[in-house]
Amino acid sequence: MSRRQIKIPLLFLTPALLLLTIFVLFPVVNTIYISLLNQEGEFVGLDNYAEVFGRKEFWNPQNLIEGKPPPYGALIHNGIWILVHLPLSVFFGLLLAVLLRDVKGGAIIKSAVFLGVVIPMIVGGVLLRFIYEADAGIVNAFLRVVGLGHLARTWTAFPQTILLSLILGSVWIWTGFSMIVYSAGLEGIPMELFEVAKIDGASRWRTFWRITVPMLRPATIVVVTMTLLWELKIFDIVWVIQRGGPGGASMVMAVMMYLRAFLYIPSNFGTASAIATLLTIMTFGFAAYLVNRMVKS
Amino acid sequence: MVAKLKKVKRFTILTHIIAWAVSLIWIIPFLGVVMASIRPLPEILNGWWNFEVFNPTLNGFSRAWNHPTAPLSRALLNSLIVTIPSTFIPILVAALGAYSFARFRFPTRDLLFLTIVLLQTIPQQMVIIPIFNIAISIGLWNNYIGLILVHTAFALPWQILFLRNFFSVLPVEVEEAAMIDGASYFEIFYKIVLPLTLPALASLTALQFVWVWNDFFFAAVLISSPELKLATQAIPAQMGRLDPNWTVISAASIIVMIIPIAIYVALQRYYVKGIVAGAVKG
Repeated sequence: MSRRQIKIPLLFLTPALLLLTIFVLFPVVNTIYISLLNQEGEFVGLDNYAEVFGRKEFWNPQNLIEGKPPPYGALIHNGIWILVHLPLSVFFGLLLAVLLRDVKGGAIIKSAVFLGVVIPMIVGGVLLRFIYEADAGIVNAFLRVVGLGHLARTWTAFPQTILLSLILGSVWIWTGFSMIVYSAGLEGIPMELFEVAKIDGASRWRTFWRITVPMLRPATIVVVTMTLLWELKIFDIVWVIQRGGPGGASMVMAVMMYLRAFLYIPSNFGTASAIATLLTIMTFGFAAYLVNRMVKS
Repeated sequence: MVAKLKKVKRFTILTHIIAWAVSLIWIIPFLGVVMASIRPLPEILNGWWNFEVFNPTLNGFSRAWNHPTAPLSRALLNSLIVTIPSTFIPILVAALGAYSFARFRFPTRDLLFLTIVLLQTIPQQMVIIPIFNIAISIGLWNNYIGLILVHTAFALPWQILFLRNFFSVLPVEVEEAAMIDGASYFEIFYKIVLPLTLPALASLTALQFVWVWNDFFFAAVLISSPELKLATQAIPAQMGRLDPNWTVISAASIIVMIIPIAIYVALQRYYVKGIVAGAVKG
């Protein structure tokens, strides 16, 4: 039933359209506009973007090229976040989904793993800082047990270690998401496929690569895209642990934007808006792809 | 045959060992904050897993609850005041809009729908500066109404997508029969469609409640008075930057995360369904 109408559907839509226009659509356009203005409100073209890229806080490949520890700049940090976090969360999510399907008590373990996604990210940050503490943290206790006690330190306190520590910690927080999506994907694969493979004498390994992985392609698309968006927008855990420090070693785009807009004195809406716009352009690229897939299916 | 059975058994045992070992990685940090929250600070400074001395106490909880600058007694109530309306208002608004997309044909419908769907990927950072400016100029800064409106608007895109997909597969015959009987569109919507939509509404409620409760960014920009601050804002305030009191901050963390965990446990099926439906959250 599709009724050709105009008054009723518009009436139903008005509250949503009004709110979206005021609090999403207008602000997006306005942020782009602000990113083209200087502090005095004069139009300066792409100057703010040039300034952002000129700042070591945002773009500092020199340290990376010379093999020095971070800071490499927020953009590169987000890039490293994607390079390390994305494959690990996809891998662990898939591994847990496949393993826990056949394990006794699997549902309980799944719930525990999924808690990382349910709790506030701010609390997730507290948990990470706690496990990385020098003496009170469990990570160092583990290192001492396996004979690596000389490495023990407060992992989130040093520029050499904070970025990677946070990234690995964020794998801990986020794996529940990919696991739950893959679990649902697995349930959608017809059992007959596995039975046929078994009758044909295919090994587990072969079945996994030839049936499970290809059938999970839609789930993988969702996991990869959502994880990319999450990595680009990462904020809370970085903020609660070191606010981008020490010395900018854990700076990411969202934190840099927040600092410039709302904490630095004087605040600089122009460059903050430029960072937000860059972040959105990157997000949008990935997201448009996902939405395109979802609408098609 | 026996050899094969043996192999199968070995495989099963192996997967069980790996699965339980891996899951320990996820359980231990939670166990850690629970232990830290019920023990005096000196006992946990060298590891909460040491039990030579063990004097459990609820002192950490009472100190987090009555914290001098960021008491959770106040922050928790504040979070509820913001989260409850921010959960139900968008669902109602989105349901109306989604019904319109699912059941009517009107010019620009598909373009409008696509635009709204795309809006769900906008990061919070992209809207916050103009929202901050608007809120200041009309007196909604440091005011819960402003924050609730922002959360409402931000939730609409994914909720509209989710509900439109749900409405599209509902049988329309009942609605048509009601219309022949002379029911108005609003009556059909409230009396027939919404009751059929309860499972979807449960998913939206669970996800949106947890999302708003967990949000830190919008609150950090829009709410600044100490007495108005929300639960997620109290956590960094209580932690500070140097030498946190792990007993107090662990207790605070537990108090703040127990609410979303309870929602998740109570509405697990619906929560997971909502996540799996591919709800893209800003």
